[in-house]
Amino acid sequence: MSDSPITGFAYQADHLTKVYNSRAVLGVDSLEIRRGEIFGLVGPSGSGKSTLLRLLGFLEPPTSGEILFGERLRVIDSDVVPIDVRRRVTMVFQHPVLLSRTVFANVAYGLRIRNHSDVTQRVEAVLKEVRLDHLTGARARTLSGGERQRVALARAIVLEPDVLLLDEPTANLDPFNVGLIERIVTGLNQDRGMTIVLVTHNVFQARRLAHRAGLLLDGRLIEAANAATFFSEPSDARTAAFVRGDMVC
Amino acid sequence: MEAGRLLVSLDPELVRIILLSLRVTGTALFFSTLIGIPLGAWLGHRRFFGRRLIIAFLYTGMGLPPVVVGLVIYLLLSHSGPLGSLSWLFTPRAMILAQIVISLPQVAGFTMAAVMGVDPALRQQVLALGATERQATFAVLVEARLGVLVSIVAGFGAIISEVGAVMLVGGNIKDSTRVLTTAIVLQTRQGNFDAAIALGLVLIGIAFFVNLAMLKLQGGSIES
Repeated sequence: MSDSPITGFAYQADHLTKVYNSRAVLGVDSLEIRRGEIFGLVGPSGSGKSTLLRLLGFLEPPTSGEILFGERLRVIDSDVVPIDVRRRVTMVFQHPVLLSRTVFANVAYGLRIRNHSDVTQRVEAVLKEVRLDHLTGARARTLSGGERQRVALARAIVLEPDVLLLDEPTANLDPFNVGLIERIVTGLNQDRGMTIVLVTHNVFQARRLAHRAGLLLDGRLIEAANAATFFSEPSDARTAAFVRGDMVC
Repeated sequence: MEAGRLLVSLDPELVRIILLSLRVTGTALFFSTLIGIPLGAWLGHRRFFGRRLIIAFLYTGMGLPPVVVGLVIYLLLSHSGPLGSLSWLFTPRAMILAQIVISLPQVAGFTMAAVMGVDPALRQQVLALGATERQATFAVLVEARLGVLVSIVAGFGAIISEVGAVMLVGGNIKDSTRVLTTAIVLQTRQGNFDAAIALGLVLIGIAFFVNLAMLKLQGGSIES
């Protein structure tokens, strides 16, 4: 992927920390995510990627530090983030928990709580996009892992957020579902200009999709750069090791 | 035989007793549900200092002997009690209050357990879809709907057949505070076993049909 196509920042995070039960799990001095880019956040399991994503989604407040969202909102405590701002960001989780209803009801959920009037049209269009239009009336519990992940993606993108946060969206999926989800993600970014933060431990996937990428290690952002530099000429030896697939300590 | 005749003839006093029973229990259950479901949902998903203590009180409340509840309400509402100025003692209001105290822990406790049974990740995932805290709580309650219905059934079961508390605070006054359970006690003591059996059949019938309706709701939520 080439450099980010659009200028301006979706997020600027400064001295961000997160502490759980006296254990520091995140300590990011500086992070910038540009509007309209796909930012790939890579790192081994337990490096704090999902925690950082939850902070960016305003689902948890940082212990300290601040997040500048859309160059306006400063967040120190996510409890004070206005709902209309929070609704500009949606997140797809690694292990999606679907409502025990139909596929249609799951995808319609976010629209209904926003009192949208054109729910049926939008849900049907999105289900077609993720190739689940034949399962509209199916119960969520009857779906396969790949179908569940596509429902989770559909219920997020039907909301047309400014920022889409993806937490390992293709982990443990078969090649068909991986390919399909990657095409959808690329399309959302190219066709709609959606800012996407993709958390993955799959370096190859990050290389395929991201305009820029960053390595998170033990809660610290080791390096963030455009994709060409990050994957081919990283400035940090740990990034080089991770990209090569070597063990990183 | 006499029991059957009483039921078929729709004796006016019997009808009054049935209607008062439904009014007292229905009103108590309404308020228990109104308070107990949000309380159970809150206890089910929030973590805060003192939560265990509150849950311990709640579990104790689920096992409270109704006659003890009646005694406490009696003392509170008696003329010399702190709530004596309300003049509620020996009125349906006192009976409703006692039944709320009995059924509220049932509704809140079972709702809490049902909410705790829902995958905790669901709440965060609906919040990530833009739900407000209230909408997220509602989504979790909908997921836990079978358990929530059970909580209402448990609350209803605890009070429809209860006699100790309503006898103490209501006084079993004819045409005023006499309900099915207290009427059964009275008829039995007077040796009117046919009337007692008739009242008992009505009580069982009400409990059966209410539970049947709940079961239908549960079935519907499974299928929908």
